[in-house]
Amino acid sequence: MSNATLLISLTILPFAGSLVAAFLPANARNIEAWLSGLIALSALILTTACYWSVTAGGVMRYEAQWLPTLGLNFILRMDGFAWLFAMLVTGIGLLVVLYARYYMSPQDPVPRFFSFFLAFMGAMLGVVLAGNLIQLVFFWELTGLFSFLLIGYWHHRAGARDGARMALTVTATGGLCLLAGMLILGHVVGSYDLDEVLAAGELIRSHALYLPALILILLGALTKSAQFPFHFWLPQAMVAPTPVSAYLHSATLVKAGVFLLARLWPALAGTDAWLWIVGMSGLVTFVLGAYLAIFQQDLKGLLAYSTISHLGLITLLLGLNTPLAAVAGIFHIINHATFKASLFMGAGIIDHETGTRDIRRLSGLYRFMPITATLAMVAAAAMAGVPLLNGFLSKEMFFAETIAAHDGSLVDQTLPLVATLAGMFSVAYSLRFIHETFFGPPAVALPRVPHEPPRWMRFPVELLVVACLVVGIIPELTVGPVLETAAYAVLGPALPQYNLAVWHGFTLPLLMSVAALLGGALIYRLLREHLLGGVEGPPLWRHLKSQHIFERVLVTVSWRWAGALKNLLGTRHLQVQLRLLVGTALIAALWSLYGRELAVDHTASPALDPAFALLWTVGATCAVGAACLAKYHRLAALILVGGAGLVTSITFVWLSAPDLALTQLLVEIVTTVLILLGLRWLPKRIEGIDSGARLRIRARRLGDLALALVAGSGLSLLAYAVMSRPAPSSISRFFLEHAYTEGGGTNVVNVILVDFRGFDTLGEITVLGIVALAVYALLRRFRPASDSIDIPEQQRLQNARDAAPPLRPPGTTLTDYLAIPAVIMQLMFPFIGVLAMFLLIRGHNLPGGGFIAGITMTVGLLLLYIAGGIRWVEARLHVRPVRWIAMGLLLAAGTGVGAWLFSYPFLTSYAAHAELPVIGRAPLASALLFDLGVFVLVVGAMALILLALAHQSIRSHRTPSAKATVTPPSAGET
Amino acid sequence: MIANVLIGSLTIAQILLALAMAGATFRMLRGPRAQDRVLGLDTLYINAILLLLIFGIRSGSTAYFEAALVIAVLGFVTTAALAKFLMRGEVIE
Repeated sequence: MSNATLLISLTILPFAGSLVAAFLPANARNIEAWLSGLIALSALILTTACYWSVTAGGVMRYEAQWLPTLGLNFILRMDGFAWLFAMLVTGIGLLVVLYARYYMSPQDPVPRFFSFFLAFMGAMLGVVLAGNLIQLVFFWELTGLFSFLLIGYWHHRAGARDGARMALTVTATGGLCLLAGMLILGHVVGSYDLDEVLAAGELIRSHALYLPALILILLGALTKSAQFPFHFWLPQAMVAPTPVSAYLHSATLVKAGVFLLARLWPALAGTDAWLWIVGMSGLVTFVLGAYLAIFQQDLKGLLAYSTISHLGLITLLLGLNTPLAAVAGIFHIINHATFKASLFMGAGIIDHETGTRDIRRLSGLYRFMPITATLAMVAAAAMAGVPLLNGFLSKEMFFAETIAAHDGSLVDQTLPLVATLAGMFSVAYSLRFIHETFFGPPAVALPRVPHEPPRWMRFPVELLVVACLVVGIIPELTVGPVLETAAYAVLGPALPQYNLAVWHGFTLPLLMSVAALLGGALIYRLLREHLLGGVEGPPLWRHLKSQHIFERVLVTVSWRWAGALKNLLGTRHLQVQLRLLVGTALIAALWSLYGRELAVDHTASPALDPAFALLWTVGATCAVGAACLAKYHRLAALILVGGAGLVTSITFVWLSAPDLALTQLLVEIVTTVLILLGLRWLPKRIEGIDSGARLRIRARRLGDLALALVAGSGLSLLAYAVMSRPAPSSISRFFLEHAYTEGGGTNVVNVILVDFRGFDTLGEITVLGIVALAVYALLRRFRPASDSIDIPEQQRLQNARDAAPPLRPPGTTLTDYLAIPAVIMQLMFPFIGVLAMFLLIRGHNLPGGGFIAGITMTVGLLLLYIAGGIRWVEARLHVRPVRWIAMGLLLAAGTGVGAWLFSYPFLTSYAAHAELPVIGRAPLASALLFDLGVFVLVVGAMALILLALAHQSIRSHRTPSAKATVTPPSAGET
Repeated sequence: MIANVLIGSLTIAQILLALAMAGATFRMLRGPRAQDRVLGLDTLYINAILLLLIFGIRSGSTAYFEAALVIAVLGFVTTAALAKFLMRGEVIE
């Protein structure tokens, strides 16, 4: 396989697997595990195959155009260092998949787990293989997102949600800083290509923007790697399933931060700023993490703080600015991944087999699971830095580095002592982990009787522990070449001499190791009394928890401040909002008119038709009357609005716009019914406002009236000014000339809608569908005002009459009253349907079209509902508005896609004429199909909105008082 | 001559219909009962149909008849809904 194929398949494979995994059945535990395992295995094989291309500084590259105008290319790039990480990601990924198969319970929805898991693996590989800074940030954020989903996997637990949210907030904020830093870095270098950035180290370090870029990038890296003061999210993330912790929080996700530090080491390191920020952060984390780990009562919590500490160690090494320290850092990345993943898995096994992770309850497990205990002991010894294990080697390299002088400051001189102290802490918590879990008297009252785990659940741990041993005993033969390849990729030809031997003779580092081991044992012995007391957290520090500070800050910013700002600027009063809106529009208009003249051409106005003038007087009277009555006579106002709307429609006819007139008419009818439906749920008028308030209200209303008059007359003036001047030559001429020749229709409006501007219409109907769904969703939780919950007075009276002697069945009054009107209304339904079809089909050439026809059809449906009631209609008709919306959208989009079959662009329309029997020659345009989609969608959307409102009447469960009077729905209803 | 008579009578008819609409509007404004207002709106719709037909006759085009047709077929829906609302307190139950 070529380099390009290798890299691309390595990147795509996990994502493809994730997609497949998401659609497998919920109980397909084995298939999921096989799929994920095969994906991880293939990725591992692919990565291994890359090895020979990346030794001795070789770089594999694949480049594809992405945004060439911005100089951005999609680059996949693998060198020795990226290879090392890809091996960790895929190799440990494979082991964790195997482990997770046995860890996850059959009740857990495994598709979600493995899908997220694989997607995370893909994102991590994307970070590692990114050859472009922006691309790196993109995958970086993707890892954060999937880790959020994985930490919150058991989202029914509050702790999981909180932990996931905290992890996302911290790391994603860091990711945003990282993006800003990368943008600055790209600006400084003049390219986002990683190779060019790495080669431009001198330029970057001497640039004025070096410090801001460094700080921003470090914010990203340090938050991801849980470095002080951002370390607090990692222990909270331990609520994730243990395989996730083993994978994300030991081997991969948190290593992304140190990966970035090492990746950009050639470009950014070597300055005092780097030494102090990275070094200090690493040192503090290293010591603090180790210290806090001793006092944890949760197995995973202990391991989490230990991870923080070891990441601090790696960060410190990378921050020391010497090549040898960087090599030690990279070496420790490998070692830590192996022993920490196995320890997490071990902790998971203990949790799985005993039912608890609480160190206080665990004891003497060696008796029950000797093999697991032995494995955990070896791994913990590696963590503590016991000789002949891999942790010892990198720790000794670290000790050697601390002795070497750097800048001679006080911190530098005390560094060996501090490092030894932290080493002691590490030994102490490792000892505690082993001693309190596996030794001592047998545990009593465990949730389950402990025993050895299934063979294959232990296998990953065994493999990793063997790796710890082999690397620890014969490092030069096993990890040597790999380390050299990785270090060469970071440091280049300046690779320093180092010796991976186990035995260096009696040196100062060895003395420090011995001191750490003995001191650690001593510390554990001294603290044992305190630890057995069972208090969580170390003395003093217990009260100063970072996560509490974080929560406090979060609440202050996102709740208190946001609330204060809302109170300051927001309002719930419609009047105030409208006043602001109209006032702003007025000011904007006046602003743009200021200093100019509003030219109005009086000569162009034609002679006024008396009938037209009278008509407009009627319309204006209706409008003003509606405005006056709107507050306290809602029904009257609604009727008057109907009159004003009718006059508007007639005006459209008069001014030769029949399409608009039809649309306006139908919209008027539907709107009236819609508002009538809503009217029933509005709260009643508030009576009794005291006289003082009345005066204030009057003044406010007068002000509003003035504002309305000024804004309204201004708008009229503007409209008049625009209409009285000659129309500028615009695109309308083109439409008029080409509507028939190219769109195959004589109704220009319709041809524009379905052909010339078909894409706009597609967007509009999509929005319409979304709006309808939103209205539906909002009304599902609708709670009416308390005074409108009861059934209306009229119905109460009529029900009472039915109930009074002579006894009649309930609802007789209604059926009697509606006896004739209902028949007429039901009879009209087919005729209205025919009218709708007529309007739809002829729409391409004469006034009509999908939208108009859709509303017509909806009006017909409404009539049925008015005549028969919801239960009557829905027992006879399948009313499925949501499906209609979907069908309409599919039909419209499908028509557009259909053009591709004939290799035309999306939504190209085809027009022809066909000879049909009976009807004769009829125009047939593919746009008609599109229009049919519009029609179906409009019917669906309107019906959904109207019926959602209408259904409120039969949601009787909301009204305890009405429950007794309203009959329960019959069985045949939907 | 005949054409002049026709144009004249059509103009008069239009003005009279517009006056009738004004009358209907008066009912819609004053009431006194809600039922009067609903009937006012219904009358307004009927007059609108006639007005549109006369407009069509006057301009010699049938293109305006669709609007009249739509009002004739669907205009009563508003009235029916309003009437149902007055009778039962809600339109669809």
